[in-house]
Amino acid sequence: MPTQVAFFVEVLAGGLLAGVMYALVALGFVLIYKASGVFNFAQGSMVFFAALTFVSLTERGWNFWLALAVTLVVMVVLGVVIERTVLRPLVNQPQITLFMATIGLTFVLEGLSQLIWGSQPHGLELGIADVPIDWLSQKLNINISQFDIFAAFVAGALVAVLAVFFQKTRIGRALRAVADDHQAALAVGIPLQHIWAIVWAVAGFVALVAGLMWGVRNGVQYALTFTALKALPVLLIGGFESIPGAIIGGLIIGATEKLAEVYVGPMFGGGIESWFAYVVALLFLLVRPEGLYGEKHIDRV
Amino acid sequence: MRRSTIAAAALALAAATGTAVAQNEQFIPANGYWVGPYAPGGSGFFGGIIDYFQLLNERDGGINGVKLTWEKCETEYRNDRGVECYERSKKKGPTGATVIHPLSTGITYSLIDKATADHIPIISMGYGRADAADGRVFPYVFPLVTTYWSQADAMIKFIGQREGGMDKLKGKKIVLIYHDSAYGKEPHAVLEKLASQLGYQLTMIAVPHPGNEQQSQWLQVRQIRPDWVILWGWGVMNPTAIKAAAKIGFPRNKMVGVWWSGAEEDVIPAGSAAKGYISSGFNLPGTNFPVMQEILKYVYKKGKGEMDDKSRIGSIYHTRGVVAGIITAEAIRIAQTHFNKKGKPITGEEMRWGIENLNIDDKRLKELGAVGLMPTLRVSCMDHEGSGLVKFQEWDGAKWKPITDWIAADKKLIRPMMEASAAQYAKEKGITPRDCSREK
Amino acid sequence: MLYREAGQFKSSYAEDQQIFPIRQDRIAMGVLLAVAFVVLPLAGNEYWLSAILTPLLIFALAALGLNILTGYAGQLSLGTAAFMAVGAFMAYNFVLRMPWLGILPSFILAGLCAAAVGVVFGLPSLRIKGFYLAVATLACQFFVLWAIQRIGWFTNYSSSGVITAQQVVILGVPFDTPARKYLFTLTVVALMALAAKNLMRSETGRAFMAVRDMDVAASVIGIPMMKTKLLAFAISSFYCGVAGALHAFAYLGTVEPEAYSLELSFNILFMIVIGGAGSILGSFLGAAFITLFPIFLNLASDWLQNVTGIEIQHAVVSNLRVIIFGALIIFFLIVEPLGLARLWQITKEKLRLWPFPH
Repeated sequence: MPTQVAFFVEVLAGGLLAGVMYALVALGFVLIYKASGVFNFAQGSMVFFAALTFVSLTERGWNFWLALAVTLVVMVVLGVVIERTVLRPLVNQPQITLFMATIGLTFVLEGLSQLIWGSQPHGLELGIADVPIDWLSQKLNINISQFDIFAAFVAGALVAVLAVFFQKTRIGRALRAVADDHQAALAVGIPLQHIWAIVWAVAGFVALVAGLMWGVRNGVQYALTFTALKALPVLLIGGFESIPGAIIGGLIIGATEKLAEVYVGPMFGGGIESWFAYVVALLFLLVRPEGLYGEKHIDRV
Repeated sequence: MRRSTIAAAALALAAATGTAVAQNEQFIPANGYWVGPYAPGGSGFFGGIIDYFQLLNERDGGINGVKLTWEKCETEYRNDRGVECYERSKKKGPTGATVIHPLSTGITYSLIDKATADHIPIISMGYGRADAADGRVFPYVFPLVTTYWSQADAMIKFIGQREGGMDKLKGKKIVLIYHDSAYGKEPHAVLEKLASQLGYQLTMIAVPHPGNEQQSQWLQVRQIRPDWVILWGWGVMNPTAIKAAAKIGFPRNKMVGVWWSGAEEDVIPAGSAAKGYISSGFNLPGTNFPVMQEILKYVYKKGKGEMDDKSRIGSIYHTRGVVAGIITAEAIRIAQTHFNKKGKPITGEEMRWGIENLNIDDKRLKELGAVGLMPTLRVSCMDHEGSGLVKFQEWDGAKWKPITDWIAADKKLIRPMMEASAAQYAKEKGITPRDCSREK
Repeated sequence: MLYREAGQFKSSYAEDQQIFPIRQDRIAMGVLLAVAFVVLPLAGNEYWLSAILTPLLIFALAALGLNILTGYAGQLSLGTAAFMAVGAFMAYNFVLRMPWLGILPSFILAGLCAAAVGVVFGLPSLRIKGFYLAVATLACQFFVLWAIQRIGWFTNYSSSGVITAQQVVILGVPFDTPARKYLFTLTVVALMALAAKNLMRSETGRAFMAVRDMDVAASVIGIPMMKTKLLAFAISSFYCGVAGALHAFAYLGTVEPEAYSLELSFNILFMIVIGGAGSILGSFLGAAFITLFPIFLNLASDWLQNVTGIEIQHAVVSNLRVIIFGALIIFFLIVEPLGLARLWQITKEKLRLWPFPH
């Protein structure tokens, strides 16, 4: 392949795969927003908390799977506690109040993680090296990291599991009912509180997966909380309420962002990535105000 | 509600400041950060300073009998909190705050005016305004040891050494990967000027804050295929950059980091990818230096050490704090002698004289037990930087190993730039620079 | 007993429409202003004036700006810090390039620049709502900071992108001491708060509130959507811009673009939620709470350690403080979701009946 074309493919593929990483974080937002209408700003801290707990356990000599299981239990407990102490007392409050409460939660989680495990950064390796796949780089001169491929598989599996969970299980159906209409769901006897606790626990699980993937890239440290910012434009495009939207949105954002930075960025002194994704999302919204897969709301006077 | 909160805060303030002040103490505020993304740096640096002060108190009974005291204030690395901590701490102790170590470029900027008006010197060791090295315009600001500009020059010198001579740099490709902020822009002017002199090709690539995603930047690096990459990172950006370099197969031993990219905390998260990575620094890690041994013996044995994680004793940030402690204590010592105040606390203004007349030579370093821990330092009214020496170290997968001797920056190149920048500042602020020949 | 309106009759429309229809309120406000303008500058020490009160007022002004947009007009924004940055950097440039203009006109022009930026980034509000809009305003936050860093003109081509605000001199009087800087800030903030109070009671303010409560209904009754929303963005950004200029000129002195990070935007949003959305008083209460509370926690924990003699590691204390701060915010939202201003209102209601509640 000519180098220019190969490079373009590389940028595009890299962007799409980066988008998968964004989508992993965005999924957590979507789950919670879908079921409880809460824009959960604490998702980034949950990613940090989960990854830090896992890494600290493994560094204390725990077996990988045991640490994973224990972390998972911790995240589920965390979800239940959050539902009990934060969400339940705030039922029926305006959305902005709930949003602010989750920012309060961010402080609590960040303080708690550093209080328990300390503020030192940790390295994390999952046994799959973040290096280019050999035959691709030799044959086609395209660099694609095998870890990126692995992350894409994990994301795919996660979405599949979530889809089965939502479509086939009893709890999943209840979740969808709640997402459609809180009051109607209550009326047919679905226990709203339980459902919310489950959703937060599932979001905790998603946070753990995202934390592990990002932790390999960045190391497990406080900065993992910043991953939330990468997920926000994804939500704008994909819609706050759609799981496939999160994946598609992630791919669109990842690809356009990287292409723009590499091909357009140098004309403006670079660094346009910080806002470009948002502008793309914004332009997109002007055409489709509810995002790609968001639900249309019809206002009644 | 507002008034009652103020009243409550006032009560607490009165309680906190009401404690009796012993006269034979020298107060140095420890306004740092122990939470948030930069907590490793803050806790390590201030741990080092306090450990050294504790050593002086425990071993020598202070400086000429004057005990050193300090009080921690949490700035969270935020400008407004930094200003609040500064204002709160500046009147404490018998003579007020002696000196401030802001350990944040942003807080340093915010304090320059205030500290100058209050006659409290600021030591911004290795950060802050590079042009503050011109002591005529910035009498109270000391970017000691090495500024960013000297650093950038030393990095090019190092690369020249590795390539086998400065003339070999011609036609070489060097990429600067920098944190997109005021800090990251510091080296631009120096590197550009050197590029035009030495003839290397320079590409500067910005990484937006926080830098946890660098795919596109490193794809550009891959396309350029540079001979060297200079990393001007901060926080999570460092391990991410090292990992990204590994991902495109760029050799880590052709990457040179600035000192904010050269602590254990910057490479450990990158795991095995960081092996061979080079960074610069003005303090070396380790516990083999006599002064570090003394700290272990007099401070940690007695259970008075600051670092709760014992493995961090002797880490880069910790020894950097010790170096800051040594510099601070030495300045106090010579100010006491000069102003005939042996055994008495000195004021901020006297401290300023002390810092400005610091001369830590090899002999003194030996007495301090800090040979090799830090470079020699000679400050003057004209030159508030004092050293400009940089050492390069390599990460071998477990610890930093020094790989060069002290490399001096080219003052002939840097100094006029500093003076020009300081003069512009003086013009904007309406400051008449001091006449250094009349300083004693 | 003390706080009663019985016997206060209003015999004209003007009397009925004044800002504080109850005499006790007028007296209290007068006393508060007298304390703020006279007592505090004379009695307050440097620490209080320059490290607490001045930033408190500046943040209150920014919160007021955001409150106009979010609390009154119902448009959630996360770009407050960016508007402040525009104000700070433009004020610097106006003073630098047009020194004959004087400080106050420069501030006003800087505020107008912020307003213009606000209108541009307010355009999407015509199409999108709620959190979609909030996230979209992040575009403004990141773009503005990027532009300020990238375009040398904003920082007068300083090598590191840092500006040093010029000295504030009005009619030959330099505002250089903490007390003077405080007075300067206070005057600007008081005047702008008064203007905001009146504006929110006018037709414009009512139009804002109609849009907030239900924009479809508002447009049905003939409120021009585009004009109202963009006006809200413009006024709000103007306030934030002036707050940013004060932040640079009367508070920090030397600022870097990063000082106006997303974190600051969130902090200001906190202020209005804790203080009370849709309330002028709430902006001040919220700013006071968010600035003072961490300091209070700081002092209280030091004090506790001194008194009890228990020495806890500083990192532990710092982290505990962060946790308590977060937990208290949640607690506050649960107990009083409408903010401190609402608490104040309830207190007033109770006071009316005190000491004989039926």
